[in-house]
Amino acid sequence: MNQPLARTLGMRTILTLVFAFLYIPIAVLVALSFNEGGLPTAWSGFSLKWYVSLAHNSAILSAALNTLIVAVVSTAIATLLGTLLAIGVEMRRQYGRGIEALIFAPMIIPDIVLAIALLSFFSMLNLTMGLHTIILAHVVFNLAFVCSVVRARLKSFDWSIVEASADLGASAVTTFRRVTLPVILPAVIAGALLAFTLSVDEFIIAFFTSGAGRASTTLPMQIYSMIRFGITPEINALATIVMAVSITALTLSQRLNRGIIGQ
Amino acid sequence: MAPALVWLAALMVIPCALVLALAFFRRGIYGGIDYTFTLENFGLVFDPLYAGIFLKSARIAGTATLIAVVIGYAAAYAIAAAPRRWQPVFLFFAVLPFWSNYLIRTYAWIVLLNREGLITQLLRWFGYTGEPPSMLYTEGAVIAGLVYNYLPFVILACYAPLSRLNPELAEASRDLGASAITTFRRVILPLTVPGIAAGAVFVFVLSIGNFVTPALLGGGRFQMIGNLVYDQFLTANDWPFGAALAMALIAIMLLVLMAQAMAANRASGRAAGGANG
Repeated sequence: MNQPLARTLGMRTILTLVFAFLYIPIAVLVALSFNEGGLPTAWSGFSLKWYVSLAHNSAILSAALNTLIVAVVSTAIATLLGTLLAIGVEMRRQYGRGIEALIFAPMIIPDIVLAIALLSFFSMLNLTMGLHTIILAHVVFNLAFVCSVVRARLKSFDWSIVEASADLGASAVTTFRRVTLPVILPAVIAGALLAFTLSVDEFIIAFFTSGAGRASTTLPMQIYSMIRFGITPEINALATIVMAVSITALTLSQRLNRGIIGQ
Repeated sequence: MAPALVWLAALMVIPCALVLALAFFRRGIYGGIDYTFTLENFGLVFDPLYAGIFLKSARIAGTATLIAVVIGYAAAYAIAAAPRRWQPVFLFFAVLPFWSNYLIRTYAWIVLLNREGLITQLLRWFGYTGEPPSMLYTEGAVIAGLVYNYLPFVILACYAPLSRLNPELAEASRDLGASAITTFRRVILPLTVPGIAAGAVFVFVLSIGNFVTPALLGGGRFQMIGNLVYDQFLTANDWPFGAALAMALIAIMLLVLMAQAMAANRASGRAAGGANG
């Protein structure tokens, strides 16, 4: 066999094996969620009954609602604060090491450390924990991610057009609304979608800052406790839906980001 | 920008400082905190019992890192060797699983590895009739889960330097008589060390502090540092000791990050020296 052909075959084998490793576990899960009998042992026909039973499970529905509340509110706050932070840092070109570290830290601190830190902090303040404390906590890392996405967009921004706008008599607010915002909007939306997905999927920090009781259980917390009890066909259906939602949101976010690179 | 910085200061810097401070206090008799200064908690971290868990965590995280880097590098190499227009597509699908929920990706392995799971079924199908193998709740299951969850990032990190590699370098090396293996070892590998180091650090740091994967795939009897921290805060109620453990975790993380920076520096120095020499 000639060498280039052997090489191509080798590369193809590697890719096939790696993609099989990455996708077979997920594919099995998705397939089982449509399995009538619900058992992983035998295929007994296509059925949507596990999705129907999911729709009647009040614990899951209330957890889903909690997750939605946390994700929407924390994303809104983080998008606003993160965008302003990105503009502030980039406009003044203050790449102070302290500020850099502060923005970077939430992305690299292990979840468990931030989780116990917030738990200690909230309980020391005698704060009653619930959805509001999860929101406070989620803004910390969401803010950092929104900021870094928006900053990437601002790196190529020509600040002289902001000065031009001011020279032409526009107020700071008008300049932001008519000049800066249209340019960074795709990145702001991409950052918001990323934050939303991170918040929907986040488990450890929510688990530590939710306080006791079922009232503030989020979807990942619900999934965790279900998984600990073992395999049920309902989890397969739930997992399929959650995966579909987060993959859609992040694909959208990537598209917007690629638009930025393309420009 | 001020509100954002205030938010980060109030809900990240202060709580983290608080945990650091907690580590120097004594545990109260009834589980609370007794505000007397002590170094006992840090001493306890080096107690053979807990030091053993640190070593085990490091061994598991290290094994997962090694496997993920080997598979991830091979995958990145194959993607970089594919036709140009296919590369973004392959890369996209390599990273896609990373965007789905961590718990769900871990759960998928429970479905595969449990006693009546897919692997047992496959073995049966091939004519195996004995006892189903116990794969779940083992160290191997934990390692498999960690590799599976973090592999996409390694592929991404290794692809970056591999795709930027000038193909003429490898050609020149071959023209000068080096074998394919020597070319890989002396030319390609050194130039891609920064990517490997970034991927490896990511897997190691996230694995060593992980508590979800050991809890789910290792079963209740399996402990890593993350589980130990979890227990001190939510079950044993010894927050000062939990805080000291968390600080030890951060210290390990910082050491690994420093090692990465040094490896990247050395690699870029060698690459520059090679280009000049």
